[in-house]
Amino acid sequence: MSLAERATIPDRLNSRLQRAATSWELLLFLVAVAIFIANSFASPYFLNAWNLSDATFNFTEKALIAFAMALLIISGEIDLSVASIIALASTAMGAAVQLGAGTPVLVFVGLATGLACGAFNGALVTRLGLPSIVVTIGTMSLFRGISYIVLGDGAYRGYPASFSYFGQGYVFWVVSFELVLFALFALTYYVVLHRTNFGRAIFAIGNNPTAALFSGLRVRRIKFVLFLLTGLMSGIAAICLTARLGSTRPSIGFGWELEVVTMVVLGGVNILGGSGSIPGVVIAAFVMGLVTFGLGLLNVPGIVMSIFIGLLLIGVIALPRLWTIARTR
Amino acid sequence: MNMQAVEAATRESAPVLTLEGITKTFPGVRALSEVGLDLYPGQVTALVGENGAGKSTIVKILTGIYQPDGGRIRLDGQDVHFPTAQHATTAGITAIHQETVLFDELSVAENIFLGHAPRGRFGLIDTARMQRDARALLERIGARLDPALPLKELGIANRHLVAIARALSVEARVVVMDEPTAALSQKEIEELYELVERLKAEGRAILFISHKFDEIFRIADRYTVFRDGELVGHGAMADVDESELVRLMVGRSVDQIFPQRVSAPGPEVLRVEGYSHPTEFDDISFTLRRGEILGFYGLVGAGRSELMQALFGVTRPSRGAVHLDDAPHAIRTPADAIEAGIVYVPEDRGLQGAVRGLPIFQNVTLPSLRETSRRGFLRMAEEFALTRRYTDRLELRAAALDQDVAELSGGNQQKVVIAKWLATKPRVIILDEPTKGIDIGSKAAVHAFMAELAAEGLAVIMVSSEIPEILGMSDRVIVMREGRMAAELEGEALTPETLVRHAAGIGEGG
Amino acid sequence: MAFLKSREAILAGAILLLLALIAWRFPGFVAPDNLARVFNDTSPLILLALGQMAVILTRCIDLSVAANLALTGMVCAMVNAAAPGLPVPVIIAMALALGALMGAVNGLLVWTLAIPPIVVTLGTMTIYRGIIFVISDGQWVNSHEMSDAFKALPRAELLGLPVLSWIALVVVALFALLIVRTPLGRAFYAVGGNPGAAVYAGLNVGRTQFWAFTLSGTLAGLTGYLWVSRYAVAYVDIASGFELEVVAACVIGGISIAGGAGTVTGVVLGALFLGIIKNALPVVNVSPFYQLAISGGAIIIAVAFNARASRSRGRVILKSAEHAS
Repeated sequence: MSLAERATIPDRLNSRLQRAATSWELLLFLVAVAIFIANSFASPYFLNAWNLSDATFNFTEKALIAFAMALLIISGEIDLSVASIIALASTAMGAAVQLGAGTPVLVFVGLATGLACGAFNGALVTRLGLPSIVVTIGTMSLFRGISYIVLGDGAYRGYPASFSYFGQGYVFWVVSFELVLFALFALTYYVVLHRTNFGRAIFAIGNNPTAALFSGLRVRRIKFVLFLLTGLMSGIAAICLTARLGSTRPSIGFGWELEVVTMVVLGGVNILGGSGSIPGVVIAAFVMGLVTFGLGLLNVPGIVMSIFIGLLLIGVIALPRLWTIARTR
Repeated sequence: MNMQAVEAATRESAPVLTLEGITKTFPGVRALSEVGLDLYPGQVTALVGENGAGKSTIVKILTGIYQPDGGRIRLDGQDVHFPTAQHATTAGITAIHQETVLFDELSVAENIFLGHAPRGRFGLIDTARMQRDARALLERIGARLDPALPLKELGIANRHLVAIARALSVEARVVVMDEPTAALSQKEIEELYELVERLKAEGRAILFISHKFDEIFRIADRYTVFRDGELVGHGAMADVDESELVRLMVGRSVDQIFPQRVSAPGPEVLRVEGYSHPTEFDDISFTLRRGEILGFYGLVGAGRSELMQALFGVTRPSRGAVHLDDAPHAIRTPADAIEAGIVYVPEDRGLQGAVRGLPIFQNVTLPSLRETSRRGFLRMAEEFALTRRYTDRLELRAAALDQDVAELSGGNQQKVVIAKWLATKPRVIILDEPTKGIDIGSKAAVHAFMAELAAEGLAVIMVSSEIPEILGMSDRVIVMREGRMAAELEGEALTPETLVRHAAGIGEGG
Repeated sequence: MAFLKSREAILAGAILLLLALIAWRFPGFVAPDNLARVFNDTSPLILLALGQMAVILTRCIDLSVAANLALTGMVCAMVNAAAPGLPVPVIIAMALALGALMGAVNGLLVWTLAIPPIVVTLGTMTIYRGIIFVISDGQWVNSHEMSDAFKALPRAELLGLPVLSWIALVVVALFALLIVRTPLGRAFYAVGGNPGAAVYAGLNVGRTQFWAFTLSGTLAGLTGYLWVSRYAVAYVDIASGFELEVVAACVIGGISIAGGAGTVTGVVLGALFLGIIKNALPVVNVSPFYQLAISGGAIIIAVAFNARASRSRGRVILKSAEHAS
């Protein structure tokens, strides 16, 4: 009964190294390496700094949204309207260009539109208590619908030359502005999710919103902020994508919400909330970028690649479950 | 006359259903150990026992929801087992469960016949016949309900009648009634008694679970008492009186030795005045002093948890005030309550207490992150240190502090939840059924710790439905019944009998 | 009396109001033959929305219906182009079977592996769509490659209504029968409304969901043939994004996304509401580009409205409160 008799509980069961060795992230990383090697054998054009740099554009913009989406999904919600926020933000910027706005104003318009859309989603979900999946299916139609009303089958062009830097500029050698942005946000979201009180609250809410509320967390406010962040990141992605394309059509970024969700789920985030990591999402972004780029080099059309993405999405969730079922029998 | 009839019936008939040596263990808890139960045709057997005695578990085993770990079930002397609910129903065992489990969007008739609806042409459900049969069933139990009405338009009492009709819709030989009168008014209860009489006359065996002694003595022919998962007594109602049943139920358990406490309550910390809620509780006033343990006793559904959750800011009262150290406090959210120093260890650990999926240390520091972090950034070392301080005191058993809380036993999960709150240095701690469903060892640890906390000057509110716990731990007890304060007891007045009487409303014309 | 307060009555009122508004300026729109045309045009949406209703009732969602429709349609068109002599009933049977198979794949993944339905159907949606490209090599199947019998069926008139409309009416009737009068239909409600209690009632939650997905897939397959033969063209992107319109019809029709609540009448009205707006926009000289935003706004309003109507009540402990309420 004395203190000496009682074994002290260690802080951690396994060392960080042990946990890393059995993590989803490591498995995903090995997959990425395998794809990288396979690609470099499959195509002589693959191992070229400029080609590889080009390949990053396949995922940087989507990954920016995926970071915020990861937080939102971990908290137990989802936002399917992100691609439509891109369309609306891009349309707003295009309209601003027609009024003669310069680059700083365009950036402001893009960010503000994203934030406003996020606030709209967040208010509907947290204030009215509506299910986020239906709300964002609704706003998905609404936001893009507004773009269609404004643009019809037309397009906005004439973005200032300095604006194109966000989508086409290079900071250093082959390192694009978007890639730098990707790295900075990856780091920021890593710190926010894994190293702050706010991040801890997100995990708690995702695992058990009631117990989180009973522990004094302001659940609705935190969820609202996450919708706001997702809107903001969609606005940033809209700036990059619009700058890269140099034009706005209402169909801009069509279907991206699925790719963003796929990236998040592939990165090991539980679609039902409660667990996930930013490193996982980062690696998943590379995996998807490499698959797309590699198949592109082999002249496989984009729609066929989507079969791989779909299989990947179902496969990564199904395989561990099949494994468990097989083991328990 | 009645007595003779019972004896005659008992002599004549063999039990229709016999349970022998039934054992059921859940991780960390032995819910039932080698209990037996006999049910006779045309007789009502009352199953009595405190919460956690194993009554609900035996019902779930009888109805095929749980599988026993050991023992046998015999129907007419033949060994049977029920792998699913459907098997039990087919064998003629039907239950009216504690929680009315029904379907809002389906009609009354469909709720009654879901799973065994009468079929007509092309295998389609014969709606007309189903409604006719439903109406007949409902009339049999004296309920005038339109079978075509959607269930969502029914009040609680009528839903109960539908549940009863559902139980009778199959050719039932054994009817299990799990606290069937808990939500009914006096008139409806009378109607239920008539129904029970009719079922008896039809020769069905009835297992009747209730906390209300008046009704047990009124309608039961036999009794069986469970305590802590064990069979402690059974026999004919004619051979037993109220005090004997209470004694069997409460017992003097050798496992439960409560800590010796020298209670020396200090100044008043909390004063609640006229707290009311539109539907859940009304006009609750009490005070709480430093170093005091105030017990809240009552039957399940008396409004105790609802009151505590309002004090903790989960729901808002319609009227009333809370004073802490004589200063009025408006508590609108749990965050407000924690800020004010009121914390709540909920009854539903899995849903409201522990965040399963998060490791132990993250559960403990969740409300204290402001203390362990710096400028919003986590400091893991501080978190582990804070966690260790309280888990050591509570003698938590775990493999490591980063172990998922879900992997711990119920008792250890409870310790994590308590540690979480102590780390916030509260002034008032509310424990809602703190030892429900946890093993004896953890129970004793929680009790000892509560005494320690009170001795250190913390004000403790303990909601409990276990009489020994209430008696063993509390300085003072408030008994609630149907959302209102029924009595405030202390000293000599605090006995098992007074508690049960006030909670069940015995001796008030009932 | 109860009907007047129901969601269906409110929606029916909204539709009548909408029609009245249009008729005020454009009386031709409410002429019987034009209304029949609107119904015919809305038929595919009605068919898919019914299947989606079954899925949503069981607390799931099927985002793969449009891709299923497109793939089945493409297969039908290619088979017809390759073997013009094959009778149309055989093609329809094939469409039903193929659609059912794709729905069953969704259902199996949800049932046996317990993968969240949204993930499953997001995945199969892209897979099914991708397979169309693979089998067609990105080529269109055009009108002149299809047999006359293949194209004629949905457009043939019977008692003044096109066969497409008749099929929709028959399916609505059969589906209503299934939902209201069969154990499976009732199980959809029970499983979605209260899965825990459904187990007590002896129902298998996963298997019920499987059948809902299979049903949804079957209807998508049927619609695939009808769509391709009616428009006399098949290509990769047909009905792209249509799954959202289908979900919108259900939500507007009062199907609760939380499962277990809603009616066939509601779904049909929800689909008609969207169909009328779509057909009225060109008539009232509003750009058809407004349609997307309008259906989005309608989803949000409908879900907010439904949530308000079905807010759950807490436990009533006080006797006085129970009698008062």
